Amino acid sequence: MNPRISLTVAGALLAMATLPTAQAEDGYDAPADWPAPMVEHNMAMALFERLEYAVPDKGEEALIWDFQAWYGGDVNRLYLKSEGESVQGDGEDAEFESLEFLYSHLVADFWELQGGIGYQGGVFSDDHAERTYAVIGLQGVMPYGIETDLALQVSDEGDVSASLEGEYDLRLTQRLYLQPRTEIAVAADEAEAFGVGEGLNSVRVGLRLRYEITRRVAPYLGTYWEKRYGETADLARADGDRSEDTGVVAGIRLMF
Amino acid sequence: MASSRVITQPLSRRQLLKGGAALGLGSAAALGLRPSWADPWGQTSTYAKGIEEGPEVSLAIRRESLPIAGQEAHPISINGGSPGPLIRLREGQDAVLRVTNLLDEPTSIHWHGLILPPGMDGVPGISFAGIAPGETFTYRFPVRQNGTYWYHSHSGLQEQLGHAGPLIIDAAEREPFRYDREHVLLLTDWTFEEPMAVFRNLKTAEGYYNFQERTVADFFADVRERGFAATAEQRGMWARMRMSSRDIADVTGSTYTYLINGHSPEENWTALFRAGERIRLRIINGSAMSYFDVRIPGLRMTVVAADGQPVQPVPVDEFRIAVAETYDVLVAPENDTAYTLFAESMDRSGYARATLAPREGMTAELPERRRIADRGMEAMGAHGMAGMDHSTMEGMDHSGIGGMDHSTMEGMDHSGMGGMDHSSMEGMDRSNMPGMDHSNRPGISGEQDRIAAGGMLAAGAAQPGSRYDQAGIGIDPDERRVLVYRDLKAFTPWPDRREPGRELELHLTGNMERYMWSFDGRKFSEVSGPIHFAKDERLRLILINDTMMEHPIHLHGMWMELENGQGELIPRKHTLNVKPGERVSALITADAVGSWAFHCHLLYHMDAGMFRVVEVS
Repeated sequence: MNPRISLTVAGALLAMATLPTAQAEDGYDAPADWPAPMVEHNMAMALFERLEYAVPDKGEEALIWDFQAWYGGDVNRLYLKSEGESVQGDGEDAEFESLEFLYSHLVADFWELQGGIGYQGGVFSDDHAERTYAVIGLQGVMPYGIETDLALQVSDEGDVSASLEGEYDLRLTQRLYLQPRTEIAVAADEAEAFGVGEGLNSVRVGLRLRYEITRRVAPYLGTYWEKRYGETADLARADGDRSEDTGVVAGIRLMF
Repeated sequence: MASSRVITQPLSRRQLLKGGAALGLGSAAALGLRPSWADPWGQTSTYAKGIEEGPEVSLAIRRESLPIAGQEAHPISINGGSPGPLIRLREGQDAVLRVTNLLDEPTSIHWHGLILPPGMDGVPGISFAGIAPGETFTYRFPVRQNGTYWYHSHSGLQEQLGHAGPLIIDAAEREPFRYDREHVLLLTDWTFEEPMAVFRNLKTAEGYYNFQERTVADFFADVRERGFAATAEQRGMWARMRMSSRDIADVTGSTYTYLINGHSPEENWTALFRAGERIRLRIINGSAMSYFDVRIPGLRMTVVAADGQPVQPVPVDEFRIAVAETYDVLVAPENDTAYTLFAESMDRSGYARATLAPREGMTAELPERRRIADRGMEAMGAHGMAGMDHSTMEGMDHSGIGGMDHSTMEGMDHSGMGGMDHSSMEGMDRSNMPGMDHSNRPGISGEQDRIAAGGMLAAGAAQPGSRYDQAGIGIDPDERRVLVYRDLKAFTPWPDRREPGRELELHLTGNMERYMWSFDGRKFSEVSGPIHFAKDERLRLILINDTMMEHPIHLHGMWMELENGQGELIPRKHTLNVKPGERVSALITADAVGSWAFHCHLLYHMDAGMFRVVEVS
């Protein structure tokens, strides 16, 4: 394992050990066996931001997920994040584009600094090339309420890449939201096995119309456009894929 | 109050109820009754079961199935009812209150607003160890005050489950007003969700309960009304701050059913009267999270007490009651007709309702409901003052932040500020701020102001940055006469006339995105020690609200004399509402040796960390 990854793993484990929120000694005069007047609670939540079926114009249909869950207090949290897809009819099992285990620390009112390890590859199968990577990221809300997730990855081969996701909820009614989102991937190094070229890799832009039946259950319909650039586009074409595609999605946002 | 015992209940029913009370647990439920002090005839001083008459009272705390708003619910009951019975004590008594915990978790009762020994205050971890399951704790304390108070659990989130009730103390001497009849009205907010689930929703999904946010349609409506540039500028400001101008209540009518004496609006609890009587309404806000605006269309109310303490009469059409406050009002219906008592939640997402009527079954019209208001400049100014990200506020005239200078507010969205009354902003009373013009700098420069004034303000003077002449968000004082803090005036000066020896400044702080609430930016879990008051010192507590929400701040064990500009006759309170951006001060005589809780009385704010211990030694 790459030493950088080991370091990150060690950091995440250390974070776990210190995660339970300690009750500070308030120092007032009270017998030791009395309970604390206020106890903080760690919380947990899980969110499928996207769980959708995509029907592209040209490419293969696919089931796509974008999931994150966290556990922790106000400042320190552990995250599990995953994005991936199961392309229909390609005879291959589903693939984790990312499966990340992160320690997160609140560094400003709206921003969390996150670091940990990630895995890319098959979901319980050898159908896809595999790699692990270290990841450091910043997740939060930009002014104007744009949800942002910026991450830098260094793979076990030393390949460096970065991604930026942004999304915004435009409130049409109290339950109907229009959500534009964008995803940009860049890489400093080529990683041919993963279809990653040097430079700008891809841009994806989507627009989803979501109806919140409850805050926790919200089905949506949407459309997207994606384009691969430069070497990444060449690799895609060599693999028989399109470098540019559009499509429609139907899915559900689920919060637990 | 002898004059209040005009009409008596039929004896048979009273005896029956008394018998039920003697059996103790579950009698009210067995008889299919609401909390029995919620008797329509208002004979709270002679009423049987509903009343637990002091000085010796036994209370049993249980969790049980009871109907609320016609649905099966699982509240915490006290002697079989939820909310609990009215406890009636008399000034001068030595109260003995035995509380038996039949829950499967520890519990407690705090006697809200009572001055008593620290060991009897009922806060687990500060006053005592709490009451373990199956145990009985006996509270014993001398009753040295009178008026309208209440009691509630101080353990975890139990208060949200109806673990609360009214506590009335009859005066030893004649009160400065007379009445023929009285009714007690306890306002609460009930949810069928578990309190911990509510808390988790607040913690994990911002805006979970807010279904009155601004939409695209609101934007275009504003554009039509006042043009694109002004609308875009104002909305841009809120968007840059990543905040909502409609963030008025964290938990709303989307989950709450607002109750009066345990009755939903549809159940319409009815208080009876006879035309020509003068009626005292003792109104208590026992909600976990909800402020109410209370009015009785067709009747003028005269406020005669606030937080249990008498005040010089103030005739009003409406008053805002913060969480944990109490107000006593007199009404004198002349006609043989019904009146609606309407308590609208501050964010307008719902209401509680009762009827005052000469006979059972009568109803009056429900008044038209108001729409939610947008927070305006004053809240935003507070945010700027909080030392947060000023760079995101470019384009705003900083001299106008928090200020009342209308000239700097040109181009702002005036109509978007809902019920804000600009004229009242000019009504700031500067007469009590000698030699200073604070009008443009509330909150920002208090320190300089004091230096400029050559020391502290005189006792009783209103702080620069206070808005005691405003009722707050969503109230239009042009529409009707609404009570404001400035109106509250004691009859005689309180005993300690000393000038404060020092000032203690506390900022009310929070992070809405994460639902973190704190004093001076530190949650209770992050502070290193208690707030120290020296024994018998006279000090000034200054509360500066850096957040966008109202906070009802409650000090246990000692009164807070609200410096609302009434000089020697400032009122004293146990709970102070501090509006967004406001700077409020109170004088305190630290005569209660021991450790006391000090916190925001919004239940989930307190539990999120807006809590401190005050140690007097």
